[in-house]
Amino acid sequence: MKYYDKLIFDLSKEGRQGYSLPANKWESTVSELPAGLLRSEAPALPQVSELDVVRHYTNLSQMNFGVDSGFYPLGSCTMKYNPKINEEIAANPVFAGLHPLQPAETVQGALRLYKDLAAALSAITGMAEFTLDPFAGAHGELTGLMVIRQYHIARGDLKRTKIIVPDSAHGTNPASAAVCGLDIVQVKSNPVGLVDVEDLKPLLDDTIAGIMMTNPNTLGLFEKDIREIAALVHACGGLLYYDGANMNPLMGVVRPGDMGFDVLHLNLHKTFSTPHGGGGPGSGPVGVAAHLASHLPVPKVVEAEDGTLYIADGTCKCASSPEGSGAFGPACGCAPECKCGCQACGQISGFMGNFGVLLRAYTYILMLGKQNIKKVGPLAVLGANYIKESLKDVYKLPIPTVCKHEFVFDGLADQSTGVTTLDVAKRLLDYGFHAPTIYFPLLFHQSIMIEPTETESKETLDEFIEVMRKLAQEALESPEYFKEAPHNTPVGRLDETTAARQPILRYKDLV
Amino acid sequence: MAFAYFPHTEDDIRQMLDRIGVESLEDLYSDVPQDVIYREEYDLPDAMSEHEVRQYFEALAEQNTSLFCLCGLGAYDHYSPAVIPHIISRSEFLTAYTPYQPEVSQGTLRYIFEYQSMITELTGMDCTNASMYDGATAAAEAMMMAMAATKKKTRVLLSEGLLPQVVKVVKTYAKFKGIAVTMIPCLDGVTSYGSLLTELAVGDVAGVLVPGINKYGIIEDFTGFADAVHAQKGLFMVYSDPSSLAVIKTPADWGADIVCGDSQTLGIPLSYGGPYVGFLACTKDHVRKLPGRIVGATKDVNGKRAYVLTLQAREQHIRREKATSNICSNQSLMALYVTVYMSLMGPKGLREVNELCYGGAHYLHDRLLETGLFEKAFDKPFLKEFTLKTKVPAQRIQDALQLIGVFGAVEVEPGLVNFCVTEKVSKESVDAIVGYLAEEVAL
Repeated sequence: MKYYDKLIFDLSKEGRQGYSLPANKWESTVSELPAGLLRSEAPALPQVSELDVVRHYTNLSQMNFGVDSGFYPLGSCTMKYNPKINEEIAANPVFAGLHPLQPAETVQGALRLYKDLAAALSAITGMAEFTLDPFAGAHGELTGLMVIRQYHIARGDLKRTKIIVPDSAHGTNPASAAVCGLDIVQVKSNPVGLVDVEDLKPLLDDTIAGIMMTNPNTLGLFEKDIREIAALVHACGGLLYYDGANMNPLMGVVRPGDMGFDVLHLNLHKTFSTPHGGGGPGSGPVGVAAHLASHLPVPKVVEAEDGTLYIADGTCKCASSPEGSGAFGPACGCAPECKCGCQACGQISGFMGNFGVLLRAYTYILMLGKQNIKKVGPLAVLGANYIKESLKDVYKLPIPTVCKHEFVFDGLADQSTGVTTLDVAKRLLDYGFHAPTIYFPLLFHQSIMIEPTETESKETLDEFIEVMRKLAQEALESPEYFKEAPHNTPVGRLDETTAARQPILRYKDLV
Repeated sequence: MAFAYFPHTEDDIRQMLDRIGVESLEDLYSDVPQDVIYREEYDLPDAMSEHEVRQYFEALAEQNTSLFCLCGLGAYDHYSPAVIPHIISRSEFLTAYTPYQPEVSQGTLRYIFEYQSMITELTGMDCTNASMYDGATAAAEAMMMAMAATKKKTRVLLSEGLLPQVVKVVKTYAKFKGIAVTMIPCLDGVTSYGSLLTELAVGDVAGVLVPGINKYGIIEDFTGFADAVHAQKGLFMVYSDPSSLAVIKTPADWGADIVCGDSQTLGIPLSYGGPYVGFLACTKDHVRKLPGRIVGATKDVNGKRAYVLTLQAREQHIRREKATSNICSNQSLMALYVTVYMSLMGPKGLREVNELCYGGAHYLHDRLLETGLFEKAFDKPFLKEFTLKTKVPAQRIQDALQLIGVFGAVEVEPGLVNFCVTEKVSKESVDAIVGYLAEEVAL
């Protein structure tokens, strides 16, 4: 990777242009608008040629590391290979040209995609119904929690405003719960890294809306007491939420619905191979058990008896309901099996989610098919355990049992020279690997969370293992050099403190 | 057994299992209660080859009808330069994740910084984050910012002029967060200033959200709005179309504290509603209340200019339930999309896009009135979309248009229909479409 120092603004020169537009043959001009509605001064956007733009962004891309660049063992992020056919399918000009408000009869193919992808996700997870509207994992969490709250509210069970979240949970869990207006109750992990059932029991009462679980959890450990936990939470009237960020090791092996979960979200950009795009767009479909299906958000795709598809937008169209009672909530008095969406928790996206991402995910599912899906989880788990067993003598392994798709080291086994997890992460960059997730989960001080995924070969894992072992050696032999890493990247360690104390957040403040 | 996305040979698997010290892949699940293991065949299609997948999606695409777009209402058929797909498909951008390791993510960080610079230029605001999911969720986050910034207040006011999907999403978030939402009605097609004052007088208002261009396509005049809202210690928030801000008065100039909206208008294809990219910008007073990723400029140990995620103490991975929002993944690649778009268009290109839209929309507007099928609904300034009152049932017009492959005349409210013209619409097509309507649709 080479360093390139420019911003697109640095290339700007008055009079250059990078666009071509049709000649203006109209008579009216913007200047006819009332002066008080007009902008006083043109925005200072760059003026550059087309080649300037192409070269600039090509140069920027070369300072970036993606899954296509090399091994990216970022824990809990499932950085698997993003198949190229996914991109080709999503770029289909017919799909790209559909307006989201087009009449249902003109978008039957798009609506069919929603139905078929939802059905495939149901088959994979054992949940009855899905919404594909949520834009990302955290957005799915929020949606799922809204469904849970709506379920309790619809039953008149208004006291249930607390949600239980394990201390090992992803940060989005408590954050999503807070956005959903829930109070968070933390449940502790036991010494072997699992939810402490004895700690959980006293928390369960009639104020509990549910529990959010990640299984396997963020330590990569399967919550083996899940059936007991499900029974306890259900007995108190709460529901079980499954954080599907860690679904990959269970894909093709275990269906969350069979473990007793009522609601889950999936991350299509993790488990279903759609690209992470530097932090999005993702997609976070939410699946629910049958008794919660009517509370999924609108708009939703519904199949008529003749097989045509239409969109229920939450406006009550039931014959039995009073005219115009529409809107959200069970106010119209429809039966729970009503399909018009009037019992929905609400609407959580402007239209129906990131359609382009859904196309990619379904492409992946069709490529996998019923045959290959059964290998996804096991091969992901194989890779994680292989790395763990190959490095546990030189890195501190706090919990030695079999892991699932990821596992956590608590720093180097020998930390006598003061080399930290941060240093290990930075030095890995010098060797052409992306760093694992670091300092998460919070249960350990020096967490290094490694997730290889099923698309990585044994050779890649062997190279990574070799480098990680070399680093353990280097940390003892040349700790000072180590602590100054990275040395071979476009930039070295950054001054993050000044960046936060005196934020410079736009070009205008830089020059 | 072999499959293109799994590199393992039988021998690899055997060696790896040996290292781990187990017999079989199944043994790796020995900690899982055996009764939850799914042993049946999955109810999924058989695995397809790439060729079969292509055929499948070609057939699926054929079940849709491509229509010539004369509809706006939150999704706009703007021209998208050829350069953009090439850049955003560069796999160093496409297959990276959130730039947690800045030393190998300067590409992502740099374009987010550029994106922030351009969005703040268009809106006139001091700062913005790295992107939101879409306009509607950006509006919901704006509401939550207003609640956080004004602490003890419990209400927000929304203009009836906001797009219906934006109102629905904001109301959904509000319902669960326990925020009371009051709608400010429109009077003669624009947000009623009188009703705003009445509601402000009721008190307890954390913020007011109004549309820069409303659901009727009307450019609103916010004279007096910001002062009235600020006098009650609330935040003034505008939902804007960033493309339009190249020519119309900025929310900052109207005195906005927070600006949100959807940047789909910056060249992003319609794509049946997504992925688009929301934006959220604010004055510097509120930067620590902004949700999501923010990129700042800094230097590395050798003094080289570099960029990094900053002010992370606002975020969920640090603050958990005390974070400003739960957002983690955003729409980063789409932020790159609009950044490349804005780079190509520049100030002149964006102005020209607006000129073409304005000229075309006004031409269509006048020609439609000449058909006698419509009458003016409002006499207010508009840019690229407008609303007319129909003299025949609106559905008849929409259906007639659909017969010639045109999507337009979507009902906004009973008897009121929307039309939108972008730079992709030529005079010849407008003439043909209007001529057809005049001929074929009987009064």
